[in-house]
Amino acid sequence: MSHDDVLNPKHMPHDPEKATLEGKNKFVGFWMFLGGETVLFASLFGTYLALSGSTSGDNTPENLFGLELVFIMTMLLLTSSLTSVYAMYHMKNHDFKKMQLWLGVTVLLGLGFLGCEIYEFYHYIHEYGFTFRSSAFGSGFYTLVGFHGGHVLFGLFWITSLMIRNQKRGLNLYNAPKFYISSLYWHFIDVVWVFIFTVVYLLGKVG
Amino acid sequence: MSNAIVQQRGIGAMIWDYITTVDHKKIAHLYLVAGGLFFLIGGLEALIIRIQLMQPDSNFISAGLYNEMITMHGTTMIFLAAMPLIFALMNAVVPLQIGARDVAFPFLNSLGFWLFLFGGLLLNVSWFTGGAPDAGWTNYAPLSSTSPGHGVDYYVMGLQIAGAGTLIGGINFLVTIINMRAPGMTYMRMPLFTWTTFITSVLILFAFPALTVGLFLMMFDRMFGSAFFDVTAGGNAIIWEHLFWIFGHPEVYILILPVFGAFSDIFSTFSKKRLFGYSAMVFATVLIGFLGFMVWAHHMFTVGLGPIANSIFAVSTMAIAVPTGIKIFNWLFTMWGGSIKLSVAMLWALGFIPTFTIGGMTGVMLGSAAADYQYHDTYFVVAHFHYVIVGGTVFGLFAAMHYWWPKMFGKVLNEKLGHLGFWPFFIGFHLTFFIQHFLGLMGMPRRYWTYFEGQGLATGNLISTIGAFLMAIGTLVFLYNVVYTAIKEPKASADPWDGRTLEWSLPSAPPFYNFKQTPLVRGLDPLWIEKMEGRKGITPAEPLGDIHMPNGSILPFLMSMGLFIAGFGFIYQVDNKLWFIAVAVGMGLFFASMFTRSFKDDLGYHIHKEDLIEKGDGKE
Repeated sequence: MSHDDVLNPKHMPHDPEKATLEGKNKFVGFWMFLGGETVLFASLFGTYLALSGSTSGDNTPENLFGLELVFIMTMLLLTSSLTSVYAMYHMKNHDFKKMQLWLGVTVLLGLGFLGCEIYEFYHYIHEYGFTFRSSAFGSGFYTLVGFHGGHVLFGLFWITSLMIRNQKRGLNLYNAPKFYISSLYWHFIDVVWVFIFTVVYLLGKVG
Repeated sequence: MSNAIVQQRGIGAMIWDYITTVDHKKIAHLYLVAGGLFFLIGGLEALIIRIQLMQPDSNFISAGLYNEMITMHGTTMIFLAAMPLIFALMNAVVPLQIGARDVAFPFLNSLGFWLFLFGGLLLNVSWFTGGAPDAGWTNYAPLSSTSPGHGVDYYVMGLQIAGAGTLIGGINFLVTIINMRAPGMTYMRMPLFTWTTFITSVLILFAFPALTVGLFLMMFDRMFGSAFFDVTAGGNAIIWEHLFWIFGHPEVYILILPVFGAFSDIFSTFSKKRLFGYSAMVFATVLIGFLGFMVWAHHMFTVGLGPIANSIFAVSTMAIAVPTGIKIFNWLFTMWGGSIKLSVAMLWALGFIPTFTIGGMTGVMLGSAAADYQYHDTYFVVAHFHYVIVGGTVFGLFAAMHYWWPKMFGKVLNEKLGHLGFWPFFIGFHLTFFIQHFLGLMGMPRRYWTYFEGQGLATGNLISTIGAFLMAIGTLVFLYNVVYTAIKEPKASADPWDGRTLEWSLPSAPPFYNFKQTPLVRGLDPLWIEKMEGRKGITPAEPLGDIHMPNGSILPFLMSMGLFIAGFGFIYQVDNKLWFIAVAVGMGLFFASMFTRSFKDDLGYHIHKEDLIEKGDGKE
């Protein structure tokens, strides 16, 4: 039996991402990895909460944050999570083209989010002179939100790479797990943002 | 590809083979050699410390160099010696014990090793570039965040890279144990070493990210001007202590749990009995792992967290003595009434029990928050953690190496030399550290460069130094034994100890695909069951068929080298922005390798059934 026969069966199974041992391993392993990531972000949240009161001058959370932009960002990222679910739905139905389409939408929404975040940081730095170095609050804020933004950036590269790489050959049992875990990662980023929205922005405004 | 390479046997081919290997047994060799080398370096640092403290008002090394020695001794021993040596055992043994052909992610396994090695190298390069880290292995802020020179920068970057490797290794073993067990190998039939590896991997997964964050914050403070630990800008130095110990306390259980597992297998094998209270042992392991996350602040009793926090952490700390006690008693009951064979592995295991019990007892003493104010930062603490880490982990590593050496290298370590090495190490260990309890109670602070005459500390320190040299002699005898065995000893049989678990059903050393046919596990101690029913080997679970194997790859080596180069860039960009070129080159290499891995399909290859039959079927 050659690899081609195994990875491109005549009838694709219902869960192509978990049909091979490699796929199952990736599935479990990536959940574990996300467990570790949870501790990583928890540590960053803890640090931020400990330092969010250590502001300098007028650059307090209350004065800086504007909920309008953050609301738009939240909507963009939440919607992108939904569209990645659509993509995985089509993957399970073996409709490669529609999967690619929805992944494309996901990437565009992610780019929109990232654009807003870059604008937000630029705005803080140039309008308020609020930087990574200006206070412990600044260090904590940019580190926490920046780590999340870095994760978004990595996710965009990842999903785009997968889309380009598999453009011509379609779905098989070798790349299905890769698509699936990239979408798991995308959900995780989304969940972290929900916490950032609550802990950093909402608490910053009203807390 | 790797098939062809394995068959040539030039030196160059062998080096290439090891650099690109994804075989867990070869990665175990790599971990053992690299960890062993760092163990010797850490040991030399310890000897230098002990020579400095041999007599009062000593000037053997300068105060600054002394600080570098204690920092590097601790850091090296924990991160670069003990952990890799444990990973060597896990890699060598766990897939064999659960009846798997390899780990779940062979590529990541190799990546984990190379990250550790390059991280360790980066840390040790600091000796030659103007000074090693000097803020203690715990690297407390603000001492560390304001320490001049680049020493602490090396600590930050080196541990960050090595830590990533450890995290990857942990995830790998979790998935391996969850997904790759042979038919019939249920969780409650797993050998204790596999169980403790499993729980240890959970600890690694949830503990290391806290260190990752701590190191990032330290990196940002030192290299990019942030203010996390800078009190003048509103920072808080205690954050480092919390993050460090949220990682650091589970870390000590990461060090001890695997050897608990190894001891369990050893006691049961050499007593010719199944382990007493198997399920209690499993439960105790899980409980220790769980409680291990609840006690980090007992390292911070004197920080001033307040009486309530101190009380809670004192109680949870003392609670860990309960599952640990369960283990000690179960080991004793395993030996009770067994037909004990006093092999070298068993000797180390026997030496471990009283030693570790003393260490556990001083642990409970230290856990008593009120009393800790007296012990804190004295030699009493030094004595305590050497009793658990040397008396537990290092004794355990020696025991496990003697036990599994035939499985790793195909030869049984010479038993006479083994006995000869044990005694100087064991006696030397107690000479070195027992007296340190009293030095601590007499008020000798840890990490001090020197002490005055006439304070009654001289004799104790002299005894301690003599002990350290005895330990060095024990280690040298072991090294001699390794060489002697490689040259003089005959090839070992598959099952030299009359073992009970699956790894002893395979030839020593096993073929690269481990199991020709996946074994069928019919109970706890599967090999013993088959032996008792008069069979020679394990019943297979499948007919002979093609075996799928992963390809070797150079990419893990390149990725790790990329981070190594970038590490230098990050450290020196503070002095000269041109060093960002090194960051770009290193990160470029890293991401390019990662990208290649993603774009190039790696499907592995098959060993065909016909080839398996040809390869010496007579043994089975």
